[in-house]
This record gives sequence, structure tokens and C-alpha cells, in this order.
Amino acid sequence: MELITNIGLNHFLTISALLFGFGLFAVMTRKNAIVILMGVELILNAANINFLAFSKFNGGMEGVMFSLFVIVLAAAEAAIALAIVINIYKIFRSVDVSSIDTMKE
Amino acid sequence: MNNATYISIFYIFAAITVFSAAFVVFSKNVIYSAFALLFTFFGVAALYVFLSADFIAVTQIVVYVGGILVLLLFGVMFTNSIMQADLKSDVLHVVPGTLLLVATVGGLLFTFYTTGTWKPSDVQLHGSVVERIGIETMSRYVLPFEMASILLLAVLIGAAFLARYDKVRNNEQ
Repeated sequence: MELITNIGLNHFLTISALLFGFGLFAVMTRKNAIVILMGVELILNAANINFLAFSKFNGGMEGVMFSLFVIVLAAAEAAIALAIVINIYKIFRSVDVSSIDTMKE
Repeated sequence: MNNATYISIFYIFAAITVFSAAFVVFSKNVIYSAFALLFTFFGVAALYVFLSADFIAVTQIVVYVGGILVLLLFGVMFTNSIMQADLKSDVLHVVPGTLLLVATVGGLLFTFYTTGTWKPSDVQLHGSVVERIGIETMSRYVLPFEMASILLLAVLIGAAFLARYDKVRNNEQ
């Protein structure tokens, strides 16, 4: 009972492990490039939860600062990745990653 | 706020986060996935508040919900024709993917709950971290901060260059 009522590090690590697993599943099984990007965002969020959880229970600021930079990099990654996906759509008329099999037009 | 309320609010937000993340992954409709991702991001932001990182929670809402999610929705709208009735997303490698999901989550949780005996520090983060983030950004992390600004400028130019209207290609067609 104390394991459930005492919100500790393990609770946050459990949520982050689940989010990471779901993100990995999306990256591995989905064909739509946009959904793969959503999976990557889930993985980054899972990493951020871990950073902040360890930072909170350690009392330092390293995890907080690092998660801030992770959010910045996630925004940059999403912008570039969507630009690439839109280019792929222009060339192949599809964002199905399993049908994109040529490197040259 | 008493302890029971605190615990129940934590579990509500944890459930919202995990179930909407599962919906993102297992839903066949891309639009449903995008809107479930909205709830995941809000749930994660609420968890950040529980970790006394209020500034990160606000940044999460501003950047993820206001920026990345809108970009993803734009991507969904751009890459599926509007007349197409169902924005379906097929799956492949379902069995290996499920095995990987179960193995990863099971392995991580097993490690956390059996071998990981974390000893929390005596000094934990309390209250707001906004002031400390400001001090850290301008002292220890000033170089990464400036590098992030250069990176964002490069990303701005690169994304605009990659996604621009291609005049040459359109003239050829």
C-alpha cells in the first residue's frame, strides 16, 4: 500500500517507461511518417520525465536545464522532419515509409 | 491540499498520459492520433508540475501543444488529400513491434522495481524553479543557450528552404 500512496521516483519512471515503449512501438510498426514523428515525440517526452524526476529527487538543476534544451531540440527536429516529409510527399505522392524505396528520381 | 487529493490527482494525470499515449499509437486514424497526442502533452505537463518544474511545464504547453502539435497537424493536412475520406495509417511488423514493446517496458520496469534502489537526496527541489533556471542559464549554461539560438536560426532557414515552393520543378512538369 505504501508503494501506491507514496509518490516516489518509481512512479515517474514507470510512466516514462510506458511512454517510451509506446513511442518505440509507433516508430517500429506504423507506416505513416507523421505517426512515426509522433512516436519520436513520445520518446523525447519519456526522456524528459526521467530527467526531471531524477533532478527533483536529487535536488540539482542539471536535469531541469537539460530537459529545457531537449524541448528546444524537439521543436527543431519536428520542423525539419516535417519539411522533409512534405518534400517526400511532393516527390512520391505518399508518406508511406515502406513505399519510399528509391534514392534518386 | 491534503495527501489523498495529491495522490489521486497524480494518478488521474498519470492515467490520462498513459492512456492517451496508447491511443496515439494504437489508433488507426492519423487525426485521432494527433488529437490524442494533445492530451498526452497536457498530461506530461501536469506531471512536470508534480516534479516541481513549473517553468518546464509551461514551456511544454507553449512549445509542444502550441508549436509541434500544430506542425504535426499541418503535416497531416498537407500529406493527405482532403477528399480522402479516411486518413488511415497502416501497420507493419506488428508482432515484432509488440514483442519489443513488451520486452522494453517489462525489462525497464523489472530493473526499476528490483535492482534499482534509489536513495532520494535530502535536498529535493521545492517550489518554483523559474529563478534558478534564469541564474543557471546565464551562468553555467550560457554556451548551450547561445548554441541553441544559432541552431534554431539554422533550423528556421533550413526548414523554409526545404519546404519552399519549387518553381523550377513546377516549370518542368
